[in-house]
Parts: sequence; structure tokens; C-alpha cells
Amino acid sequence: MSTQASTLIKNGLWSNNAALVQILGLCPMLAVTGTVVNALGLGLATMVVLVGSNVAVSLIRNYVSEAIRLPAFVMIIASFTTCAELLMQAYTYELYQVLGIFIPLIVTNCTILGRADAFARKNPLIPSIIDGLAMSAGFLVVLVLLGAIREVIGQGTLFTNMHLIFGDMARSWEIEVFKNYPNFLFAVLPPGAFVGLGFLIAAKNFIDDRNAKKKAAMKTDEPAVSRRVRVTGNVG
Amino acid sequence: MLSKTSPHITGSNSVGKVMVTLLLTMIPGFACLVYFFSWGYLVNLILASATALAVEAAILKTRKRPVLFFLKDSSALVTAALLACALPPLAPWWLTVTGAAIAVIFGKQLFGGLGQNPFNPAMVAYALLLVSLPVFMTTRWANVDQPSSLLESLQIIFNLSASGIDGITGATPLDSYKQNIARLTSADLLVAPLFNGQWPIGWAQVNIAFLIGGLVMLWRRIITWHIPVSLLATLAVMALLFSHDADAKVPVLIHLLSGSTMLAAFFIATDPVSAATSNKGKLYYGAGIGLLIYLIRTWGNYPDATAFAVLLMNFAAPLIDHYTRPRVYGHTNAVKGYKSDD
Repeated sequence: MSTQASTLIKNGLWSNNAALVQILGLCPMLAVTGTVVNALGLGLATMVVLVGSNVAVSLIRNYVSEAIRLPAFVMIIASFTTCAELLMQAYTYELYQVLGIFIPLIVTNCTILGRADAFARKNPLIPSIIDGLAMSAGFLVVLVLLGAIREVIGQGTLFTNMHLIFGDMARSWEIEVFKNYPNFLFAVLPPGAFVGLGFLIAAKNFIDDRNAKKKAAMKTDEPAVSRRVRVTGNVG
Repeated sequence: MLSKTSPHITGSNSVGKVMVTLLLTMIPGFACLVYFFSWGYLVNLILASATALAVEAAILKTRKRPVLFFLKDSSALVTAALLACALPPLAPWWLTVTGAAIAVIFGKQLFGGLGQNPFNPAMVAYALLLVSLPVFMTTRWANVDQPSSLLESLQIIFNLSASGIDGITGATPLDSYKQNIARLTSADLLVAPLFNGQWPIGWAQVNIAFLIGGLVMLWRRIITWHIPVSLLATLAVMALLFSHDADAKVPVLIHLLSGSTMLAAFFIATDPVSAATSNKGKLYYGAGIGLLIYLIRTWGNYPDATAFAVLLMNFAAPLIDHYTRPRVYGHTNAVKGYKSDD
């Protein structure tokens, strides 16, 4: 059980990361990662929906026939998305207005339907919850990272408007990284998100490559057996 | 008797030689820019060249490629020179440095270096800066009637002057004509020194100097005639068709002799990497750029159109190449669609 859980967490956060490896959920990722607060808001909403849908799909997995499973999953996801939307409307209304259409569009996020169909419908409740948490956490981390990069390059600030999520005490969290920074619109617009995501994927592949090389180097350090080649018939 | 692999007969033009010739042919036009407008162009050229070479070396090093071998082909210098001609001469120093770095990193090296880039690197950087920093890209032009001295240019570029200049707007003939033709007649407008009849002072000289440089390139066989001729012809035909009424739209001579027309036709559009390949393809490619330049200049909001026109046709170049493959020697043209004897 615990090894399975650690594999699930490792998959979700790194080796099968929804954003960097599966490259799913591109639409919200490119559209709302302009600032950290937008990315965090959408990431949390996605987390709520993904964990909820994984739980529900896992519970009903023995009662839904193959033929109608996809419509059923989409209905479940849509219900959870509506819940998340209403919750945001109630508690973080300003953020709800900023994110706009991208909250209802969580329904179409392929990561969620993908996890429901590929994992939750074949696994019991607990692993499904862990998988949902790990997958959405991996997605959330990439969203926030991309949001931070684009916010610094685009506006020269970090953690601006965090009070939209954390209330008034977060107003002082804003960091002005560069003074008198002229806004660099390219990073704020979607093309900047494409380039930023490209660099994040490249960084992940670079780290993976280096680790693989290290592993390979460790292996060759084992004591070598004699590699002398017999060249005559009488070496002794 | 060792024999090398083919080709056994090669031309005398190496990549480095082509690039250096191109740089030399840009000198007259560049000198006119400095003489008529501002020393800022020269400062920009130095900044852009230094940045481009440094960034190219750094990236070649991280990509584990031979650094000196690729630096020696001078292609980074060509990119820097084109960018220096395109950027506003009195732009702050960091704008030029960012632009040159963007051109080399995003325009060229990320795609795999010289010969692999689908877009013209200098135009990628120009378009990116124009979209990202519109204020700095439109308010730092020099005026023709009062060219700033080298010292003044340096002060403005490095933000050293005590007065702190916010912006210098030099009206371009293209933009000014478009803005004012609604309330003035063509005859009234053209007597202004900015237009000087239809030979705008400074702009016309710069364009003619680039034309001469381009003709030298043609003579040295660095480029073929197809792209410049089709580009200029399409632009002229479009202008004759739609701007025949000089009281309504910018007339043809100002289209040809102002803005960046000649620089675009001979030096930017002819980039062999990002342009179409076959002769027929080059004709279509040049015509497309000419058409887009006219469309964007006339009905768009930007003062000039070269960067976007060239980038859009760079997108189309692979498609053009696909449909304009030359007939292979010894083969007949492929029959497309249904064959008659089927």
C-alpha cells in the first residue's frame, strides 16, 4: 500500500506530471497563468474538482457499464465544477470575476477526465484520492511556477493581489522585484506562456537526463571483471 | 588516391563570405541613416552586435557546439545590423540589448542555429519588442531636420541627461501622410519639408542607398532578383491600383521611397534560410510580402509593416516550397489530380 502510494505521488508530481509530461489542460494553463494569484486560484479549483471526481468515479465504478461511463464521468465532473464555481462566487468573488470563463471550463480539462477514465474507474477509493491529490498538486505547482515567471517578467512584481485568496492580511505580500519596470507585454500575453512552458518542460527533461546519466555512471563503477582478450592460444 | 565525397565542384562563396559581403553592402544605407537621422543608429549597432555575439557564444557553449567556427560566419552580426536599422535610434540601451538577445536566442538558436530558423531572427525580435513595449518602440525616433550629435544620442540612450527626455517623436512620411490626408489635399501636404515633393528628405536617400547596396548584392550573386523584384512590383501595383487618388491614400512613390521598403526588399526578405527556395517560390514569396506591406500600411494601425509582412510570409514559405517544386531534370511535370487516361 505505502509503496503504491509513494509511486502515485511520484507519478503525479514528477514522472507523469499532468502539465509537463502529459501536457494536458493547456487551455487554462496558457490563459490564466499571468500572475501567481490567478494560477493558484485556478489550480486550487482544479484540485477540488479532480479529487472530488476521482472519489465519486471510484465509488460508482462497479455500477456503471462500459458503454455509458464517459457521459457519467462528464456529469460528475460538471457537478463538481459547478460546486467549485459557486464556492468561489461565495468566498472569493473578485478572483471569480478575474478568472471568468476559465472556471466553468475546468469541465473540459483533459487531466480530470483522463484520471477518471485511466485510474479512478479501475481502483478503490483510497488510491484514487491519493492519485487525485498528487496529480492536481503537480498541475498546481507548474501553474504557480509559470505564473511567477510570467508575473516577474511581465510586470516586475511577485505575489500581487494575493488578498483575493488569502484575505486582507495578504495585501502586504506583494514584492516589487524591479523598480520602475516597463511592462513587458509579451510575457503577459499567451505566447509568453507557450515559451515559458517550453522552458519548464526543457528544464524537467534536462534534470531527468542528468539523473539518468548519473545512474548509468554509478553502474559502471562496479568492480570490473577482467576484460583481457586472449590473443594467442597459450596465455596460461 | 583518396577522393572526397561529392559535391566536387563548389562555388567560391562560403557562408562567412556571403555574410561579410552583405554587411559591406549595407554600409551606404546605414551611413545615410546615421547622417540624416541620428548617431543613435551607430550606438545601437555596436550594442546589438556585442550582445548578439556574446549571447551566441554563450548558447553555442551550452549546446556544446564549436564556438569560434560558428561565430566566424558573422551571421549574428548580420542579425544585429538588421535589428539596429529597424529599432528606433534613440531607444534606451536595454531595449537594444534585449532585442539582440531575443533575436539570437528565440529567433535562431532555440531552433538549432543558423540554417534551422523558420523565421527571420531580427524580425522576430522587432515584432516581439513592438508588441511588448509599444511606448518605447514608437516614441524614440529621431527627427530629420535636427539630427542629434553623438554625445546627445549617447546621453539619451543611456539616460544620462539631467533633463530626462520622455520621448522624441519623429513623424514618418508614411504615418504623417495617412494621418493628415483626411483634412488636407495632397498638394498642400507634399510641400512640407517632411515630404519635399514626393522625395522625403533623408528617407529617400536612405532607401536609394539600400537599393544601391542591394544591386551590388545582385551583381555579386549573393541574392537573386526574384524576391526584390516581385516584392517591389507588387507593392507598386497595389499602390497604383488603390492609391491612384493621392488625396485619399499614400501615393506610390512614398510607398517605395519611405519607411523600410528597400531594406525589406533586398536585405530582410532575401534571407535564404527563412524565404522560399525555388525561383518560382521566391516570386510568390516576394509578392506576398509586397501585398502584405501595402495592406498593413494602408489599413493597419502600425506605422510600417515590414516585420509582420515578412514573418507572415515566413510562415507560408514551407507551403510555397511544397507547391513550387521545380521539375527534376529528365522528368516531366507531375500531373496533379485525375489523369486523363485513367
